[in-house]
Amino acid sequence: MIKTDILIIGAGPTGLFTVFEAGLLKLKCHLIDALPQPGGQCSEIYFKKPIYDIPAYPEILAGDLTDKLLEQCKQFEPGFTLGERAETIDKQDDGTFIVTTNKGTKHHAPVVAIAGGLGSFEPRKPLIHNIEAFEDKGVEYMIKEPEMYRDKKVVIAGGGDSALDWSIFLSDVASEVTLIHRRNEFRGHLDSVEKVQELKNLGKINLITPAEVTGIVGHHHVKAVVVSQAEHIEKEFEIECDHFIPLFGLSPKLGPIANWGLEIEKNAIKVNNALDYQTNIPGVFAIGDVNTYPGKLKLILCGFHEATLMCQAAYQIINPGKRYVLKYTTVSGVDGFDGSRKEAPKAVVKAIE
Amino acid sequence: MEQDVNIKIIDRDGVAHEVLAPTDMAMNLMEVVRSYELAPEGTIGICGGMAMCSSCQCYVLSDHELPEMQDDEEAMLSEAFNVKDNSRLGCQLQINPDMDGLEVELAPEI
Repeated sequence: MIKTDILIIGAGPTGLFTVFEAGLLKLKCHLIDALPQPGGQCSEIYFKKPIYDIPAYPEILAGDLTDKLLEQCKQFEPGFTLGERAETIDKQDDGTFIVTTNKGTKHHAPVVAIAGGLGSFEPRKPLIHNIEAFEDKGVEYMIKEPEMYRDKKVVIAGGGDSALDWSIFLSDVASEVTLIHRRNEFRGHLDSVEKVQELKNLGKINLITPAEVTGIVGHHHVKAVVVSQAEHIEKEFEIECDHFIPLFGLSPKLGPIANWGLEIEKNAIKVNNALDYQTNIPGVFAIGDVNTYPGKLKLILCGFHEATLMCQAAYQIINPGKRYVLKYTTVSGVDGFDGSRKEAPKAVVKAIE
Repeated sequence: MEQDVNIKIIDRDGVAHEVLAPTDMAMNLMEVVRSYELAPEGTIGICGGMAMCSSCQCYVLSDHELPEMQDDEEAMLSEAFNVKDNSRLGCQLQINPDMDGLEVELAPEI
């Protein structure tokens, strides 16, 4: 059981900044995210794209924003449960909560802050009629353990960075890698595209374009995929394989949070914006893109503000009746949980002769 | 409002909506759909309009001449599902005066 003060669901910019604001109040945070890395959409969708409306940053890349937020909250030693999706919430008799992930990891906290953005990222599944019958029986939408492909025949479908990068990686692991894409052109970083070209020339990646996987053959486990190729004349053929990995990107879904008994409107969680961004369940807050209230704007900077106010309310729940005054970091400095201290340099008092 | 154009949008339930779209607010078709709430929030424009998610895919039903497809959009559509010959990404279609009378249908949600 992981114990913390504030359990944050979602490790995007809002969730990461919560760690800092909570830390100033001496509250410890733990974050759960379905993605294998922190950053949320900033890492998953637009890592290399600039953002122009973060105060004081005329321009910052989404990936750099994530790095800076991680650096800013580092001394408050946040815990992470990554690659797992928050599945259930159970309110205890003492008012605290136990949140369990899809992998059974349990987290115990008096306050839960949902900073889930548009939801957890789920793989987009290609429209192949019998694909669901083969899930985890040779069909994987995400690569979690590359070693399971050792000396296997693998077919990857997709035309983006993940399809390219995993084809490159698995060409050293699997006995055979086939990459199938609907067009001859790939959308990815130039060096990835060039590397695949090189591996194709060396015969280490079998490239089939423009083509599409239209069916899966097998009994209890994938044995082959049916491929339709539309170059010159249309033809259909089978490729023998042990694994079929469709990589068509991820799409966010509100998912299990929708069943937590929270008031939902327009795919977002209703909160009290006049006060503290609490949901209809006392002790459960929703901040950032995942919440809604009159006049809501889905902006990172609004998430930062919401996180800050939410932490004050969390303090009251965790330390009922305990006095506290707002402090300015410039005046009081920042004391990390790791023993570090940041403070403004003292003024020099010295006579001028 | 001279700059407004009429656009007919068929939502994912097959219901047709005639809406007015401004041409002077740098809006694209995806944003018009969102501003009229013709698809639930969180099911359209997920990437914010960067041609990186295909949640705003639509089928163009009228024979309007539309801005040419850029590489980004073409690449995204090549990975999207339910793509037809008349598929476009709404976020890549900036509303302009030539679009008056445009008719589009939203592609199914993925």
